[in-house]
Amino acid sequence: MGKIFTRFGDGTPTELSEVELMQDLEAGTQDAAERGKIAALSPEELKRIYEIFASPYNFVSVERGHEVVLTYDAATLKIRRVGVAVDRIQALQIYEKILGADTMELCHVDYSFKPLKPIVTMEQPVLEQALLSTHVPLFYGAMPNLGIYSQPDGPFPNPAELMPAGKIEAAKESYEQTVAEAVKDIVSVAGAMHESGADGINIDTVGAAGDADFLAALLATEELKRRYPDICIEMGMAGEFVIGMHGGLTFHGVRLAGLYPHDQLKLAEKAGVTIFGPVVNTNTTQSSPWNVARATTFIKAAGEIAGIPIHPNMGMGVGAVPVNDHPPIDIVSRASKAMVEICRLDGL
Amino acid sequence: MGVGDPFAMAMAHAHASGMGGMRAAGDLVARLQMTRGMKIREAKQYVAGKLKIAVSDLTDPVIMTEVRQDLQLGTMSPQPRDARGIEAKFRIAEALGIRINCVDRFRQKTAF
Repeated sequence: MGKIFTRFGDGTPTELSEVELMQDLEAGTQDAAERGKIAALSPEELKRIYEIFASPYNFVSVERGHEVVLTYDAATLKIRRVGVAVDRIQALQIYEKILGADTMELCHVDYSFKPLKPIVTMEQPVLEQALLSTHVPLFYGAMPNLGIYSQPDGPFPNPAELMPAGKIEAAKESYEQTVAEAVKDIVSVAGAMHESGADGINIDTVGAAGDADFLAALLATEELKRRYPDICIEMGMAGEFVIGMHGGLTFHGVRLAGLYPHDQLKLAEKAGVTIFGPVVNTNTTQSSPWNVARATTFIKAAGEIAGIPIHPNMGMGVGAVPVNDHPPIDIVSRASKAMVEICRLDGL
Repeated sequence: MGVGDPFAMAMAHAHASGMGGMRAAGDLVARLQMTRGMKIREAKQYVAGKLKIAVSDLTDPVIMTEVRQDLQLGTMSPQPRDARGIEAKFRIAEALGIRINCVDRFRQKTAF
């Protein structure tokens, strides 16, 4: 076989020899194994991914019978983002009837729970109306986004200004205060949308502002499950690694900073999450085979211990999908197939 | 799933590894993950059992259109007088033996 067409993590086309392809797969899985202290992929699993990348076809798919359920974060936002001027209910109908979506998500362009709280009564009728005319399960989603709780966007002192000034304890105290406020906002909005009939709540991009962000999502989930035992909560992460912006925050005695997907999953289960969405970041300077081997290594470790359905994030920039607004389908389909067939997945 | 244009995300993943939504039984299997926390294999077996079809039929749009038409679970191309929207979701809840939040709410709002 001659050179094999593939891409870098930013989508730039490249070619690899057979030896180079296998070397990249081995290096990718080793990187994940070392960082996450988890098992690397077996030679058989690497050979399977090798075959997926060596396929000459533009597009590949899972074998018949291996199909999984798809969930979509910020779905209605994406129709508007590409400039299609339709209402959100029409956007949902596009997902359901044109894109073959298994589930859908209604969301607001200001995709955070905090700004939604004062306008939730404007969001509820849209959801209620959408539920009358659609068929597939409908989530309502938003982000905890703890970054907007500190000055100048929010009421609390900005930790990013306090820490460089050496005011570490004040910064930590500010993070702790934002957690309490964020939990109230998430519970308020999610509770309202559940009472309006939503099939599920997607707490999305969790951990974007670090360990305090993750803690807010976990505590809000616990409270929502206490109030509404039947509520479905999907928790989608922001990155593969919980950044310790506070450093000392814990949930049920487990320190949050530094957790990788398989450990994040355990806490999500403990909080009562229904579907967990782990993330592995795409490295733009490495090849797509390297990224796929690395991502599947992390997600396989989570899949093997998951007692709840897991839907890894496979959007632009995560799950080995290239960092580009228009991810090429040759790599998206290969990443999709490898992720589903190597890991014990329930969805994407 | 996530960020990226719908051609690269929603369409590519749907063709590469999705269940086909309401063209097939993707929405029905999803409901078992969401309401019962079932893993994919268990959810597929449950839905196939309730609909009295094989698990392999769940992603077949030809077979599933017939099943959905017969049971009035909502189809991509509904015919006149077919159940659609909330009507179909009443039928889905009954066929799968599950509770659907908006169906329960509809009942409460329409009952005297």
